[in-house]
Amino acid sequence: MTTSTATGHRLGRPGADLPDPAAIWVRGLAKRFGDVRAVDGVDIDVLSGELFGLLGPNGAGKTTILHLLTGLARPDGGTILIGGIDCSARPGAARRLLGVVPDESNLYPELTGFQNLSFSASLYGMRRKRREVRARELLETFGLAGAGDRKFGGYSKGMKRRLTIAAGMIHEPRILFLDEPTTGIDVASARQIRRLITDLRDAGTTIVLTTHYIEEAQRLCDRVAFIVAGRIVRTDGVARLLHQAGGVHAMEVALSGGAARLGPALVEAFPELRARALADGLLRVEASSPPRVGPLVRFLEDRGAQVTEARRVQPSLEEVFVEVTGIESEALRQEKEKAGGGA
Amino acid sequence: MKVWIAAWSILAKDARTYYLKPPNVSWGLIFPLAWTGMLFLRSAAGVESVAELLPGVMAVAVLFGTTSLLAVVVAFERRGRSFERLLVAPIPLVVLLLAKTGGAILFGLVNAFVPVILAAFLIDLSIVDWPALIGAAALLSASSAFLGLFIAVSVREVFEAQALSNFFRFPMLFLCGLFLPVEQLPAWMRPLSYALPLTYGADLLRGSIGGVNRLPPAASFALLAASCAALFALSLRVVRRRWIA
Ligand SMILES: Nc1ncnc2c1ncn2[C@@H]1O[C@H](COP(=O)(O)OP(=O)(O)OP(=O)(O)O)[C@@H](O)[C@H]1O
Ligand SMILES: [Mg+2]
Repeated sequence: MTTSTATGHRLGRPGADLPDPAAIWVRGLAKRFGDVRAVDGVDIDVLSGELFGLLGPNGAGKTTILHLLTGLARPDGGTILIGGIDCSARPGAARRLLGVVPDESNLYPELTGFQNLSFSASLYGMRRKRREVRARELLETFGLAGAGDRKFGGYSKGMKRRLTIAAGMIHEPRILFLDEPTTGIDVASARQIRRLITDLRDAGTTIVLTTHYIEEAQRLCDRVAFIVAGRIVRTDGVARLLHQAGGVHAMEVALSGGAARLGPALVEAFPELRARALADGLLRVEASSPPRVGPLVRFLEDRGAQVTEARRVQPSLEEVFVEVTGIESEALRQEKEKAGGGA
Repeated sequence: MKVWIAAWSILAKDARTYYLKPPNVSWGLIFPLAWTGMLFLRSAAGVESVAELLPGVMAVAVLFGTTSLLAVVVAFERRGRSFERLLVAPIPLVVLLLAKTGGAILFGLVNAFVPVILAAFLIDLSIVDWPALIGAAALLSASSAFLGLFIAVSVREVFEAQALSNFFRFPMLFLCGLFLPVEQLPAWMRPLSYALPLTYGADLLRGSIGGVNRLPPAASFALLAASCAALFALSLRVVRRRWIA
């Protein structure tokens, strides 16, 4: 359950020995709500300066973990050290290091964008001059300069999301928590937010985010923890996980008709392949060595199918996720569409 | 130092976004005026009865400027989850709740002196013991605000906060001895009167505007202060136990 990165041996020790205080060390974290074990013996290590993702389906316990780490909920068991500070002993000192962006945009609808940012900064003791300069700066960075003097209540969903993220980082926290930063907003806004997040990481901020978008975790994170039903089933570097997935060579073939029917026939003719019909007439073909396209297409066309496209699929975190958690990625995708109304 | 920046900022934001909003300000003016007018007409007495009515009107103004307003503000911010922003910030819970309550206390105090200013046009206020009056109004405002805080942290929904503050507010007006002397209440109601902070606040106000104190002022001050402390401690406990569960 602990990490198996190259630095793993170092992480087994308490936070007092951590080389840099901007890191998170969690052991045996537990939280129940009645009969529900929302968080069930979770260990987490986040290194200073990395972008760490908690990836899991709805109800896995991601938000609860963030609430426990940020002091919004009290753990039933376990230890949390943030920057080497024991959160149960000195919660105030730990909170000084943190920025928190919740899963809902929860700024003050009555205040303007600018006032909201300035107020958020004041909660961390920033003086007026500095926080106003910084608020203008962030409005600019987040593409909200023109909306800074409008009330937050009148913002669009994407604008609200961006301002909420800006408010979470206005005091330049060493560690930033983001709960589902891109859920429920359009593709362009989501892309912009992802870029801002990686910029922030590149500038040295330690970031912990939750998501149920596998592609997002793959694209953004340095390391991810797969979380299912309150337990972390795997923590590893994204690069390493992709390497593991790299052992499988996959292709997607677009057919006009008969994808479901032709899958089994294909596997019979080419025993080294595995085939699975996806939605929209797509046939997914996997093999342990790169499959040869020519014979494959010929075989399908001989049986009356029209092959409109055949392309290699790059290894993705999705395969590893499905393999490790046993959760079909389709199920996760549907959930995220349902959740699209959020934020 | 840093904590004070946060506390001041919370207080200023609440004042700007809630207390100084036109509906609340006019409520704070109209209500005391309406009460004064009504009592004045009913008593059918001359202008000199204004001094007798003043403590009651001040108490009403405080009560309407604090309890329900603060209860609603806190319940509203909790519902919209913006209260979580305050809870994750590095502000000690005591300071945070005091800053939240502080706005309501000041607003209640300002409200209390609106009728005094109006009365100045009608009667000679040289009978007023100002330090005692300001002290009494401040303490009364504090205890009403802390009651609002306690209501706010005990409920989940905004409408519950509203209902519960009315539940306390209206009976309090009739039991506190302002409009009907406590001695004239049925015997079984009197203990209830003496359990209400407003009873002591009202008596102090009366005493400082040329009236006769029915209770020893020092004891009233002490009881009011104790009620503030008790309500605050209870609220703190509820937040620690239930909000951060
Ligand atoms: N305050 C609460 N009271 C009761 N149960 C709760 C509470 N908060 C969370 N839970 C339960 O704990 C489990 C984990 O919830 P959590 O919100 O942490 O999941 P999540 O991974 O963030 O899900 P999502 O992707 O939907 O945001 C769920 O079963 C949820 O119903
Ligand atoms: Mg969640």
